[in-house]
Amino acid sequence: MLSIKNLHAAIGEKQILQGINLEVKPGEVHAIMGPNGSGKSTLASVLAGREEFEVTEGSVDFQGKDLLEMAPEDRAREGIFLAFQYPVEIPGVSTINFMKTAVNQIRKYRGLDSLDAVSFLSLMKEKMKLVEIDQSLLNRSLNEGFSGGEKKRNEIFQMAMLEPTLGILDETDSGLDIDALRIVANGVNKLRSKNKSIIVVTHYQRLLEYIVPDFVHVLYKGRIVKSGTKDLALELEAKGYDWIKDEVEAV
Amino acid sequence: MSKDIIQEFTSKEYEHGWTSNLEADAAPKGLNEDIIRFISAKKNEPEWMLEWRLKAYRLWITMKEPTWANVTYPPIDYQDSIYYSAPKQNAIPKNLEDIDPELLKTFAKLGISLTEQKRLTGVAVDAVIDSVSVATTFKETLGELGIIFCSFSEAVQKHPELIKKYMGSVVPVNDNYFATLNSAVFTDGSFCYIPKGVRCPMELSTYFRINAANTGQFERTLIVADEGSYVSYLEGCTAPMRDENQMHAAIVEIYAMKDAQVKYSTVQNWYPGSKEGKGGIYNFVTKRGLCFGDNSKISWTQVETGSAITWKYPSCILKGDNSSGEFYSVAVTNNYQQADTGSKMIHIGKNTKSRIVSKGISAGRSQNSYRGQVHIMKRADNARNFSQCDSLLMGDQCGAHTFPYIDVENKSAKIEHEATTSKIGEDQIFYCLQRGIDEESAVALIVNGYAKEVLNQLPMEFAVEAQKLLALTLEGSVG
Repeated sequence: MLSIKNLHAAIGEKQILQGINLEVKPGEVHAIMGPNGSGKSTLASVLAGREEFEVTEGSVDFQGKDLLEMAPEDRAREGIFLAFQYPVEIPGVSTINFMKTAVNQIRKYRGLDSLDAVSFLSLMKEKMKLVEIDQSLLNRSLNEGFSGGEKKRNEIFQMAMLEPTLGILDETDSGLDIDALRIVANGVNKLRSKNKSIIVVTHYQRLLEYIVPDFVHVLYKGRIVKSGTKDLALELEAKGYDWIKDEVEAV
Repeated sequence: MSKDIIQEFTSKEYEHGWTSNLEADAAPKGLNEDIIRFISAKKNEPEWMLEWRLKAYRLWITMKEPTWANVTYPPIDYQDSIYYSAPKQNAIPKNLEDIDPELLKTFAKLGISLTEQKRLTGVAVDAVIDSVSVATTFKETLGELGIIFCSFSEAVQKHPELIKKYMGSVVPVNDNYFATLNSAVFTDGSFCYIPKGVRCPMELSTYFRINAANTGQFERTLIVADEGSYVSYLEGCTAPMRDENQMHAAIVEIYAMKDAQVKYSTVQNWYPGSKEGKGGIYNFVTKRGLCFGDNSKISWTQVETGSAITWKYPSCILKGDNSSGEFYSVAVTNNYQQADTGSKMIHIGKNTKSRIVSKGISAGRSQNSYRGQVHIMKRADNARNFSQCDSLLMGDQCGAHTFPYIDVENKSAKIEHEATTSKIGEDQIFYCLQRGIDEESAVALIVNGYAKEVLNQLPMEFAVEAQKLLALTLEGSVG
């Protein structure tokens, strides 16, 4: 589904990604871990098409298409969803209104008619239940005055609404208490299926207790330096990142 | 990304820039007492009306054009404009079927149907083209309730007692340079009277269109709401694209008696000039409401997207005790547009309340100023005012300015003023893009969200129109 080859990306003069290789198959959940500044969030942003990062080398193939050639909105319409680490506030625009615009633009891209009000509402009710979110929150201005937990839950609600083939969760666990974490993780788990894939970017192992990954990759200095199963996450939790750094420096 | 979008934005074309091929009956260029006599004669006015105009003219020539607004433009040659132009019709139409089909086409293009049976929305329209009112719909339905809704010229003929009593009662002849000019040369406009205790069952609307070249438009609107009545009034305006600047100096007067309520909404979309700043309408307008009676209420809502220069301060004089005034505004400027707009709230009566919500949006190389005054007079015990002035900037070549004036002469007053300035962020745009929403829709969403509090004040069908207009005006304008 997603094939990243030798991906290099820079912001200004600063090289951040220095040769990422990653294969994600349908239905798989991959966790990307690593110390601060290793390039985790940059990877998520580059995949979503944020323009301040310049891809200097490498390729990304998404379902047979050259992802790097696509505009950010077309990537979204092709099925890539990014749950933001810091969801943005848009005053005066309700989540419902926002989602109505998004759903219909994506449908248009795919050659489908707009959803009428009734169908949209029933889709929304179904997804609200799935991620345990209250309608009163969705009537409010998008993310304005939301708590950290509410913002993240809202991201997962949007992911449910847009039904992406590849969901990228960028530090979705940051700023969440244990209850909020569980609700968010449950929501994500309900969205897992055999043809949908998820990349979880996280600093801590904690989230992976709830969203159990098929693979764990450690990012360090812009490269994936170690890959393994969920046990690798536990090992990192127990030992920290220093031993990985040492291993890398030793080579 | 930003640069491209700014370019895209500035290439947006004005939608109402066409002209209609209407034969016009016009005055010669220039302004003097003869021209005023010409206008008055054309309109077959009574002597008192002509005297009123001449008095205004004689005053006007002694006055100086104001220079305090935060706008710049080359000196206006008042002798270079035409002060009267009327689309030629064989005779004054007796009913809608007799209207020149070319005129009907003009209004159909604007999305305004003048044929009553075709209207679904239940809005009565008075259509003013250049200097004259060409049609007023639903007159009879309204007449049954005692509501008078007609062109100003017709009111001068048929209701002279009301015109004599109320014309100039809110905006006096000597009020300001442009108002005095209007008083001398005004050519038409709308008049509306709502009798005691009547709630007007439909929106009343005036639609203004400048069509002829080199022509100024000077209309006046007078609304009188008798005790306990209610009316909601809407005004819309467009003009063709022309290389020269055209002048629009209008007056709107609202007189609200005891317990009366008037809601006045404007969607102003005069031609703003080219993207290089050539042409466009100079919009110098005096709008004022007098809450004369106790418990009366006047509410102004404006969506300003057009005009090269806007100079406009819809105001309320809160004379009656417990009366209230509101001003809700969205002013958008783009390219080389300049707007100096805001409101005045003059508290005279006790327990008077006012509310000002102003949302400025500046893009391109435009300058957008809010200018507002809140004045609490000596005997206005327990007066309250809340003002909120927000500015949204798009790109880094535009300007937003705020000039609030507060004068308080009574210690019991409570006044709150809030102001914010923000920029449409790349972050907000990217968030929308990542959800599959294209850039233009993203800007439209964000801007409409920003202006929501004001747009919510508009009658339903016009709110939708205003939203589209905002989106169009700002197409691709992020920086």
